[in-house]
Amino acid sequence: MQEPVVRLHDATLKLGGRTLWKNLSLDIAPGEFVAVLGPNGSGKSSFIKTLLGLYPQTTGSVQVLGTPPPQSRTHIGYVPQQKAFDRDIPLTGRDLVALGVTGSRWFAQFTKPADEKRVASAITQVGATRYASKPLGRLSGGEQQRLRIAQAIVGNPQLLLCDEPLLSLDLASQQQIATLIHAQRQKGSAVVFVTHEINPILPMVDRVLYLVGGRWAMGTPAEVLTTERLTMLYGMPVEVLNVHGRILVVASNEHALTEPHDAHHHHVIHEEDRS
Amino acid sequence: MTDLLSYLNEPFAQNALLAATLVAVMCGLIGPFVIMRRMAFAVHGTSELAFTGAAAGLLLGGHALAGAFIGALVVAGLIGLFGGRERERDASIGVILAFGLGLGVLLLSFYKGFSAQATNILFGNIFGVDNGQLALLVVVGMLVCITMLTMYRPLVFASLDPEVARARGLPMALLSGVFLVVLALTVTEAAQVVGTLLVLSLAITPAAAAQRLTVRPASLTVLSIIFALTASVGGLLLSLAFDGIKPTVCITGISFAIYITAFLATLRRQ
Repeated sequence: MQEPVVRLHDATLKLGGRTLWKNLSLDIAPGEFVAVLGPNGSGKSSFIKTLLGLYPQTTGSVQVLGTPPPQSRTHIGYVPQQKAFDRDIPLTGRDLVALGVTGSRWFAQFTKPADEKRVASAITQVGATRYASKPLGRLSGGEQQRLRIAQAIVGNPQLLLCDEPLLSLDLASQQQIATLIHAQRQKGSAVVFVTHEINPILPMVDRVLYLVGGRWAMGTPAEVLTTERLTMLYGMPVEVLNVHGRILVVASNEHALTEPHDAHHHHVIHEEDRS
Repeated sequence: MTDLLSYLNEPFAQNALLAATLVAVMCGLIGPFVIMRRMAFAVHGTSELAFTGAAAGLLLGGHALAGAFIGALVVAGLIGLFGGRERERDASIGVILAFGLGLGVLLLSFYKGFSAQATNILFGNIFGVDNGQLALLVVVGMLVCITMLTMYRPLVFASLDPEVARARGLPMALLSGVFLVVLALTVTEAAQVVGTLLVLSLAITPAAAAQRLTVRPASLTVLSIIFALTASVGGLLLSLAFDGIKPTVCITGISFAIYITAFLATLRRQ
């Protein structure tokens, strides 16, 4: 078997006195696509920050590419939570991607032709050539997110960490962005994808890491996203419905409907509205 | 015009020209980052506190400029200490600014000598730069320029795309701390030329004008330096050519004219 890209052994993360996840042990292989699910505040984003070395685990061990996280950062591509750039940000799309190559270089030096080639190739890969030279702040959310993906993959990273990259995008853009991330995984990058909505990426997900209130479950979507497993994980009655190939997690008891389920619920309504 | 040429042979005018050039390059360099990092108030705060530093310098050792530089470092440290988060920064600068100015007035009241040296710094005294002060300005100016060039790319990254920059392992706290020091030194140096009350005309206006014209970080910096040089050196020459108009007035006037021109030229595009 290949060396895992990510290896956690008995790792626990506490932040501000709260335990986000406890005794987490898992391996992620090269080319594997792992979705991280769970309600808000369950430590999904913090999981990514731990892999980046920004939130060191409280106990246990975390290894990324065989070393403690801070040393493997240069081999990691990171797509932060989808958030629109300032309208007046002094960058073109191309400049944003270029930061992924030259942004960490000290001592002012001119951009090398090889760097520009890599930037251009990443922009082509995500299909953003047409608008890459326009002011970044004037592009649509979907266009900005494509450029973010280009910035993350420009170094051809062995691990791609995506934090809610589909948030607030329209359905067509969601599909396109998911496909781009899938393409990078087919080139051999492992992908860790934090999301509160699994359906847009369900076909490409190998395994799911589900975090709830300090507990966790890991396995294929078919193993984890079941009524029994999630009821155990949430510690309350939860029902997993399969509607036309879409997975919906709802509280069995309407009065216990909590925020994360609400999000899924809204999505259903939204889908029905469209059809 | 013959007046202007004969002035340029005078050491006081040559010192002033060199100081104006130096200050323009420094301000032009930091200006875009001041806008990117939303630190206009930090510029204003540190520049007004250069007055307090100057007063303390006069009182303790009779050296206003050295006092202003040391004061700038203290202020940068205090802003870094109190205003860690961006949201708290403006409030903490306001707190430090109010106390610092009061302290400056107190210090000045103890000083029995020629207090114009300290009040000069409020409105600038570019023609009063002697050789010793010029040497200090050159050393600090070189230091600022070298530091800015060294951290140029990481600072762009950290200022415009902080989340990814942090994920890449850039030392964010170090970058903002060093930039704060660079800003405080630049502002104090600029205060010598245009006065603490008008520092923004060199530290913000040229970059703000440049931002209307380009979205590339590199051309933003180059344009910002060119505009600052035009205002600073142009204003100085104008003031020499027309005796009686203070250089400060000419510099802020040209700077504002450049901004208005850039604003009007791009009005339709916005």
